[in-house]
Amino acid sequence: MGGKLFRNFSFFSATLSFFILVGIFAILFHYAQESMHTFGFDFLWTEQWEPGEDDEGGIFGGYIPIVGTLLSTIIAMVIATPLAMGIAIFLTEIASVTVAKPVSIAIELLAAIPSIIYGMWGLFYFAPVVQSIFGGNGVGLLTAGIVLAIMIVPFMAAITRDSMNTTPSVLKESAYAMGATKFEVIKDVIMPYSKGGIIGSIILALGRALGETMAVAFLIGSVMHTVGKVTDPTTSIPVLLANNFAEAEDLEMSSMYFLALILFVVSFIIISSAKFYFLGRKVK
Amino acid sequence: MTKNNLVMELKNFSFTYAGATKPSLKKINLPIEENKITAMIGPSGCGKSTLLRSMNRIHDLYPGNSYEGKINLYRADGSKQNILDLKKENDFIRLRQEVGMIFQKPTPFPMSIFDNVAYGLRLAGIKNRSELEGRVEKALKGAAIWDETKERLGESALGMSGGQQQRLCIARAVALKPRVLLFDEPTSALDPISTGAIEELIAEIKSEVSVVIVTHNMQQASRLSDYTAFMYLGDLAEFDKTEKIFLNPKEKLTEDYITGRFG
Repeated sequence: MGGKLFRNFSFFSATLSFFILVGIFAILFHYAQESMHTFGFDFLWTEQWEPGEDDEGGIFGGYIPIVGTLLSTIIAMVIATPLAMGIAIFLTEIASVTVAKPVSIAIELLAAIPSIIYGMWGLFYFAPVVQSIFGGNGVGLLTAGIVLAIMIVPFMAAITRDSMNTTPSVLKESAYAMGATKFEVIKDVIMPYSKGGIIGSIILALGRALGETMAVAFLIGSVMHTVGKVTDPTTSIPVLLANNFAEAEDLEMSSMYFLALILFVVSFIIISSAKFYFLGRKVK
Repeated sequence: MTKNNLVMELKNFSFTYAGATKPSLKKINLPIEENKITAMIGPSGCGKSTLLRSMNRIHDLYPGNSYEGKINLYRADGSKQNILDLKKENDFIRLRQEVGMIFQKPTPFPMSIFDNVAYGLRLAGIKNRSELEGRVEKALKGAAIWDETKERLGESALGMSGGQQQRLCIARAVALKPRVLLFDEPTSALDPISTGAIEELIAEIKSEVSVVIVTHNMQQASRLSDYTAFMYLGDLAEFDKTEKIFLNPKEKLTEDYITGRFG
């Protein structure tokens, strides 16, 4: 009796997450209908976001926030990936235990800082630094990308380090026993061995960078402006949604659901490809 | 036993692990003869693997261990070197190319079969494709897995069976033409048939390379080796020709161990 109850309860819990996922997708899809019918695929290429008079109609396009999201994510990944790899290699192979321990703890704490704190720090301290080096207004695509990079580095470094730590020491020893240098062992044994974990950490960090709202809202400038150079202010999908949700109605609201749907699908594809990659490795 | 055909010699060698107060190996004196198989036996924790791992200084991957005494390596040109004097990474690399090592579990690198064998050669600076191919083929033939692998050299080595992987590791080590090969219980993770194949292989390669093998399996030591060292609690309790150790040991302790009274 108790066993059956427990089984039903755990079955319910397990399927719940699946229904929530499908439910969210269905709701986004449903509310995006109006915008999808009005703009179709042109939505992806349209640069305007202009409500009509009296909140009737208007022209809405996702080009600027979509490009802003992708570019800020790319900047973040380009900066963060080599940094995170360097940290992970340092912690697993180079640093002595007395150094590796405190640095590891610091990395894990950094990963736990709420994103709004990164946003505030970025706006008040980091944006002027970027401005003095690269010009522009301080806030903009580059500042957002760099602060995003700082946010995802600890996350990537921690996962990559854990994955590199799983390299059996006997495998490393046998490479050393063939006369390999430390650099060769890292390049030829540790990196290939932990490839799955490294790719996984990159994809998970990518997903996080795509969906980040608070820090980016502080730093990207939040204006509907097509970027010409990297210091230009622009906007991203999560930022536009957070800023406009309160006032939007009808077609604008529907267009925002459309944007949310696009972000949902992109993130979903990225995360699930990471999951399937891990799954595939385990089966093998 | 004349000095001339020694390839390595340990003199008053002591070893202490990082953080330990007492040495794990105490004043070991052990000659390793050229083109012979020297087996090290003894109960778990007696220090035989520690001793083996000192002979190519793989211990030095971890900081804080300390050595005393001498381990001389005699080179083909007649020169000798105390390997405990080595300090630079380049010297360790050269030493490990001369004194190779095979581990308890097969350790194929995550790359193709060909690249596994070519790896050490490439590290040693051989770039020429045809020379690499020739030496890989020779090494795989020498390790008796050429017939099983010649059609699939480009495939990942991780797809081979455990016994094949271990023979691949031996091929990989032999390809470097070392003076000495150290085997750390090379068959303890393998089935009897693979074990037989590895033993046969070790017996064959001794014409080209001197072998030191640590084993828990006393039949293996008696079948395979020319000399046997019996170790107990960090001491070298007895060292002699293998038939002497197994048929007529001097020490009571050795006799008790090989007849299975303890261990």
